[in-house]
Amino acid sequence: MTPPTVSLVDVSRTYPGGVTALAGVSLEIARGELIAIAGPSGSGKSTLLNVIGTLDRPTSGTVRIDGYDVPALSDRGLSALRATTIGFVFQHFHLADRVTALDNVAGGLLYSGLGRAERRRRAAAALERVGLGHRLDHEPHELSGGERQRVAIARAVAGDPPLLLADEPTGALDSVSGAGVMELLHDLNASGTTIVIITHDREIAASLPRRVGMRDGRIVSDSAADPSHPSHPSDLTRSNQPTRPTDPSEPTDPSDPTGSTDSGDSGGRPAAGAVPGSEAA
Amino acid sequence: MAASRTERPEPAPARMRPRDVLRVGAAGLRTRPLRAFLSALGVAIGIAATVGVVGVSSSSGAELDRTLSALGTNLLTVSSGRTLLGEEAEMPPDAEAMIERIGPVESASAVGRVDGAQVYRSEEIPEEQTGGISVYAARADLLAAVGATVRSGVWLDGATLRHPAVVLGATAARRLGVGAAGPDVQVVVGGERFTVVGVLDPVPLAAELDAAALVGWPVAEEVLDFDGHPTILYTRCEEARLEAVREVLAATASPEAPNEVEVSRPSDALAAKQAAGRAFTGLLLGVGGVALLVGGVGVANTMVVSVLERRAEIGLRRSLGATRGQIRTQFLAESLLLSALGGAGGVLLGAAATTGYALQAGWPVVVPAWATAGGLAATLAIGALAGLYPAVRAARLSPTEALAAP
Ligand SMILES: Nc1ncnc2c1ncn2[C@@H]1O[C@H](COP(=O)(O)OP(=O)(O)OP(=O)(O)O)[C@@H](O)[C@H]1O
Ligand SMILES: [Mg+2]
Repeated sequence: MTPPTVSLVDVSRTYPGGVTALAGVSLEIARGELIAIAGPSGSGKSTLLNVIGTLDRPTSGTVRIDGYDVPALSDRGLSALRATTIGFVFQHFHLADRVTALDNVAGGLLYSGLGRAERRRRAAAALERVGLGHRLDHEPHELSGGERQRVAIARAVAGDPPLLLADEPTGALDSVSGAGVMELLHDLNASGTTIVIITHDREIAASLPRRVGMRDGRIVSDSAADPSHPSHPSDLTRSNQPTRPTDPSEPTDPSDPTGSTDSGDSGGRPAAGAVPGSEAA
Repeated sequence: MAASRTERPEPAPARMRPRDVLRVGAAGLRTRPLRAFLSALGVAIGIAATVGVVGVSSSSGAELDRTLSALGTNLLTVSSGRTLLGEEAEMPPDAEAMIERIGPVESASAVGRVDGAQVYRSEEIPEEQTGGISVYAARADLLAAVGATVRSGVWLDGATLRHPAVVLGATAARRLGVGAAGPDVQVVVGGERFTVVGVLDPVPLAAELDAAALVGWPVAEEVLDFDGHPTILYTRCEEARLEAVREVLAATASPEAPNEVEVSRPSDALAAKQAAGRAFTGLLLGVGGVALLVGGVGVANTMVVSVLERRAEIGLRRSLGATRGQIRTQFLAESLLLSALGGAGGVLLGAAATTGYALQAGWPVVVPAWATAGGLAATLAIGALAGLYPAVRAARLSPTEALAAP
């Protein structure tokens, strides 16, 4: 069996001010999974994603990404790992202004060691893949929000990273655009990319084969570990569409009874499940 | 489980090609073209000032060299000074002949001041308006000895030396309002009408002739009561033995009172003037240096602001796999590019200013390669210095911190 793409064991992250954003998180994500991370605002979702993405180092615990022992790697080693293995998608796209979609995507391959012509070729292919083959020469201000996010996704996957991390990729989009973006992520997953998505949207979370709920820096629910759920990660990778709507245990629900006690931050931002008419797939 | 998997070697980041480094640096500048232009302009002004100052002074130096090689540096001048009692000293009338007897002397010529003779444009023009013009009796070979050239008309020759004919120095002609020589152009010299047969160009090696009215030695003696004593002797000698000639010149020209005459080498005086100009050039260069420094501060400021504004971009690049070194290199490249653009513009500007100034002054155009190279080198040093701190700061940002920026 292939090693898990992501393996966290008892990972903690405490910020200098004393805030414990992650308190003993253990999580394994297998190759090919599509997984939602949900939870109230301030529960540590972004911190977790940054640790998985090697942008942040844990205060303690073991982090293995694609077989590498992350805390043991130097900053250079982590950079190389990100360049080859991990793609990021952000809520606010982070596209360069006044730069065409093609060059924005090609710029994502700048640190891959590829030549310019090859970068542009792959960028064009990636844009084609996200359905923007007709928008290569458009600058961000000439694109809709959904199109911008698709450009950002093209940038993240242009180098074919095995792992894609998305922090609220639909957070800045209306429901229709958001649904388009989710469809794209499903397609990418179907072609083999492991994808981790942070979302506040109940329906989006419910549409994903595996859901992890967080609160106060801990994982409070994981549909994969739920014995009532017929899931083994390797099953899920192949059968995400059919199993999608079946799970009743809603991880984004702030009233989740298994939550911990301290840190009154919970319930800060309501789960954005109220968005009407979001029809993924 | 695959926990038994052996430790993989640390992944190595790919090297960025130099062309990509340049491209990323240029892209950073292109997003804010006006700001880039203005801060490059600061450097450009500094470089232009320095290159211009060096260029103008080099061009004027080249002009001096050209003048000297045309006029020769083997001219020695003996002029009568004052006696111990403060009276005007006199050289003996045969001084010229005595000097010609010195071995290495190639030729000698002389002028003698005609005391008391005034020059007017015409009898009606009052004295004050044409003052400051001295009348000199001159030998026929004077022109060759001092390397003077005639701007208009002719020099005195065998016939005109004995006739009331006068050749005016450049300044004298201007003061008298004489534009060109001609048979109808006359001035009044010592109360007699003289025909202006020639007007000289300025004489660099004998500036005293510029404000002179030169008449033939014989006519001066006959008509103007000239006493026949030479006032200034012009001596051309073998360049290699010039110092030896110089030592004996005073005693030869005025054996009875050698300390009452002054021996000088006019080309030295010209070079000394040039050296004095060089001190001033040094001062201007300092001003240019300060301008350059201010330009450098402008670049540093631009870079600091740029790093502050572009934290999100830095975070994005780190998430895409840029190492700290690559971020540092990017901002250094940007800063170097910015000041190099300014430097190149400044060199062009400075060279253009030099060319314009030199052409207008009739000098050869010289923009020394060392000034150009030095300017560009200074530019790159400034770019590196100005960019270093911002680049290091950009590289030190943690990726999460940078990405959290709005
Ligand atoms: N740089 C930081 N310094 C100090 N505390 C931080 C920092 N970043 C995050 N935190 C704190 O860590 C906790 C977890 O933050 P995190 O951003 O992971 O939450 P989140 O689940 O992503 O929230 P949201 O849904 O609002 O994005 C919060 O209490 C937050 O205030
Ligand atoms: Mg977050």
